Amino acid sequence: MVKKLFVPLVVVGAAMFAYAPFMILAAPYESTMGLVQKIFYFHASCGMAMFLASFVSGVGSAAFLFTKKPWADRWAVAGAEATVIIGLLVLVTGPLWAHKAWGVWWTWDVRITATFVMWMTFNAYLLVRRYGGPGSERLAAAVALFGMANVPFVYWSVNVWRTLHPKTSVIPTLQPGMRGTFWFCVCAFLLLTTVMVMLRSELEKRRQELDALYLAAED
Amino acid sequence: MKRSLMLALFVLTLAAPALAQTPPPSKPAAQDGFVPVDAPVTGQDTIPAPRLVAIAYGFIWVVIFGYVWSVRSRLAHVERELEAVSRRVPERK
Repeated sequence: MVKKLFVPLVVVGAAMFAYAPFMILAAPYESTMGLVQKIFYFHASCGMAMFLASFVSGVGSAAFLFTKKPWADRWAVAGAEATVIIGLLVLVTGPLWAHKAWGVWWTWDVRITATFVMWMTFNAYLLVRRYGGPGSERLAAAVALFGMANVPFVYWSVNVWRTLHPKTSVIPTLQPGMRGTFWFCVCAFLLLTTVMVMLRSELEKRRQELDALYLAAED
Repeated sequence: MKRSLMLALFVLTLAAPALAQTPPPSKPAAQDGFVPVDAPVTGQDTIPAPRLVAIAYGFIWVVIFGYVWSVRSRLAHVERELEAVSRRVPERK
């Protein structure tokens, strides 16, 4: 089922990703920020995709901690790596936008700092997995749970603290010309994230098979 | 005297991160909602927006394709190793 879905997902996701810039070019300009606001379409979509990937990793980790099933561990690793990659996109595109809109590349704003902490948590997950030695999967799973627990905090922080970052009200109040483009980009990124996680999960499955074969060879 | 100096130093140490931070602009741009217009804002443009937008989109494309390519090549490597090892390991009955 998953393998059958993979190719259509790749095709649709890549097509949407390729078409998105044309929609973004056609979308109206924002009155105070002008052209640079168009970074928003990919920046915010990346943010949503990062949340999705972190949920995959967190839920996979929780399932792995309780069931010790290899499939759960595969999804946890795949989700964590996707979170780090997409998180990097969020953390790079954000300052590019901020440099023009706020006049600074970086400020220790609560949303930005919380996103950075979340990204570092998933980096820690990957480091534990890479250098933690045997049994590090369970320790890493606990780290991923902390990473996932950050998501509501990152999302809601702009509404609680005084911040420079646009609030969550921006998305529901988008005007028609902007709304369609934005949700198109969100769908493209969610599809791409799904493809990335599936591909990475397949790699982990093969690695688990290889480890089992090496163990069989030793016996 | 020494005590007050230590206290002042302590307070300054605590306040340093806040003081070091760049002061935010007095009126932040579009925090609650975006207002669309047909043409971009004109005027004195000291920071080139097209370059920033191009870098942002270019970076996203490069990272996404780079990552997919990296996973594909790692997968191909593991597949080759899997094949080599499975030839060495006899079928377990």
